[in-house]
Amino acid sequence: MTKSGVKKVLEIKNLKQHFGSESNPIKAVDGISFDVYEGETLGLVGESGCGKSTTGRSIIRLYDITGGEIIFDGESIHGKKSKNELKKFNRQMQMIFQDPYASLNPRMTAGEIISEGFTIHGLYKDKKERREKVNQLLEAVGLNKEHANRYAHEFSGGQRQRIGIARALSLDPKFIIADEPISALDVSIQAQVVNLLKELQKERGLTYLFIAHDLSMVKYISDRIAVMYRGKIMEIGKADDIYNHPVHPYTKSLLSAIPLPDPMSEKHRQRIPYKHTEVDDSASYHEVSDQHYVYGTADLVKTWVANR
Amino acid sequence: MIKTILEVKDLKINFKTYAGLVHAVRGVNFDLKEGETLAIVGESGSGKSVTSNALMKLIPQPPGIYESGQILFNGRDLVPLSDKEMSKVRGNEIAMIFQDPMTSLNPTMKVGRQITEVILQHKKVSKADAKKRAIELLTQVGIPFPEKRYNQYPHEFSGGMRQRVVIAIALAADPKLLIADEPTTALDVTIQAQILELMKEIQKNSKTSIIFITHDLGVVANIADRVAVMYAGQIVEYGTVNDIFYNPKHPYTWGLLGSMPDLDNDTDELLRTIPGSPPDLTNPPKGDAFAARNEYAMAIDYEQEPPMFQVSDTHFAKTWMMHPDAPKIPLPDAVAKRIEGYLAKEAHQND
Repeated sequence: MTKSGVKKVLEIKNLKQHFGSESNPIKAVDGISFDVYEGETLGLVGESGCGKSTTGRSIIRLYDITGGEIIFDGESIHGKKSKNELKKFNRQMQMIFQDPYASLNPRMTAGEIISEGFTIHGLYKDKKERREKVNQLLEAVGLNKEHANRYAHEFSGGQRQRIGIARALSLDPKFIIADEPISALDVSIQAQVVNLLKELQKERGLTYLFIAHDLSMVKYISDRIAVMYRGKIMEIGKADDIYNHPVHPYTKSLLSAIPLPDPMSEKHRQRIPYKHTEVDDSASYHEVSDQHYVYGTADLVKTWVANR
Repeated sequence: MIKTILEVKDLKINFKTYAGLVHAVRGVNFDLKEGETLAIVGESGSGKSVTSNALMKLIPQPPGIYESGQILFNGRDLVPLSDKEMSKVRGNEIAMIFQDPMTSLNPTMKVGRQITEVILQHKKVSKADAKKRAIELLTQVGIPFPEKRYNQYPHEFSGGMRQRVVIAIALAADPKLLIADEPTTALDVTIQAQILELMKEIQKNSKTSIIFITHDLGVVANIADRVAVMYAGQIVEYGTVNDIFYNPKHPYTWGLLGSMPDLDNDTDELLRTIPGSPPDLTNPPKGDAFAARNEYAMAIDYEQEPPMFQVSDTHFAKTWMMHPDAPKIPLPDAVAKRIEGYLAKEAHQND
């Protein structure tokens, strides 16, 4: 699955993440492969339990992976690493979490939360310089410098998520994993945060892996979308292709369930139920159009394409 | 004529807190007909959940205070009722479905007993009949193997199945009114679609009226007959689902509609947002509560609270922009374009 001329920031090759005992493992992520290109947003969607959050957490080394390879910037990131190598990696890749209430330490001020990374990495040792950097970050996410001395409980949900974003940006990363960054927020605040993420991406050339179950926001923010089901990626392609020309029956089913703010079309909404067909080991990714891949056996994919 | 089963008149609810008196609900009026679904939409803190809890008299007093107003259910005012009298209404005539199916079920009790408990409380039936009815209800809400499921605990159910159990409990005593407070927010889209279908089917069969509380406009478009948009403890726009989605009048409704991405027209434009955040209700602003976030705000918005202006027979909006002397402001482009798209699509389908 390659795209010529654009640099790959991240390559995932046959990633497996199993939990539980070896005799009876829970295959949360079961052999997925995809690339993320520089400057793009890849949306990862699926229902709860499909393995999308596990994928994100494996990529950022929160778990030791069971199998496969994760290559970030040309280097494999799992396996034995020295402390310094890890630090270097941690500066490049950061995460934004779902719950802005649980992901901020209630005993630290916003300024301390944002500058914690500086202490760990020995950056901006001069107090004044550090304060300036914190102020810059607060401003970049639409807060102001007075906010630096406040504690998490003094902020609204949307403001907290902005602090989470400022923390993720503090070490100038290249790549950010956003795990359901807006699902805990109100609609009008969701739009504010999504706009902020888009603007920051433009200004700083960031690459995002955007994990969510809300397909409409994912469609809006993503360049490409990967659809996950039971630990596998069923379909991956450009956001428009996935939305307008889905091939895999699971993608079709998922799309048919999104309610639109259009009462007349909702009156005759036909939800397409999904019935899973188990596939054997011959199943693989088939390219159905430019950069658009579908997982299945050759025969199945052929029928799906014919029915699309 | 269709019967009105619920009338809420000038409902005001305050909470005593250390920070001062919070005016959570500030004069809410609406009614509900038999077999109708009213969606109450708004952000967190807009008072939508307080309103719905107030209908069930679930506001703890203190700190809550029913400052004023009437809740007329089939003509009888619920506000002055004692707890004992209310317990005959709750679960029996009015039932409620909550957001999180895990916390609304008792984890130490088999689901069957959680359903029969309600039936035995409100109906004069034998235990055996209650069990029969419970299994019927489980079947009705689409739970496979109801006899087996009857003897299982909530943790043995998936999220969607649990919410079906919650719905079965709510339906156990054949309520006239069902209040659903964000019943699908914790569920996946595919499961959400199933639950919405189920609720619509139940309503068709039993003529139950539904108050559906949500912040998801897609869900509203799917399920509602009428919509009340709440902001800062008040209803700011009120109308049929078509009024609200195709002819919105309040700038806050515009903001809500504009902040959703348009899936059909792909643009690189940023989403329209509502700047700022909702006001502090310990000290509600003078004039229009939305003025500070309203890009079209006029001088009067900071001085005087707007009345409910009537747009049509069914449609009302609480904004000075509806005043005959106010400058005519067209719908924001993004919203107008989307509505046009929807209407064109509909016309195309009817061809």
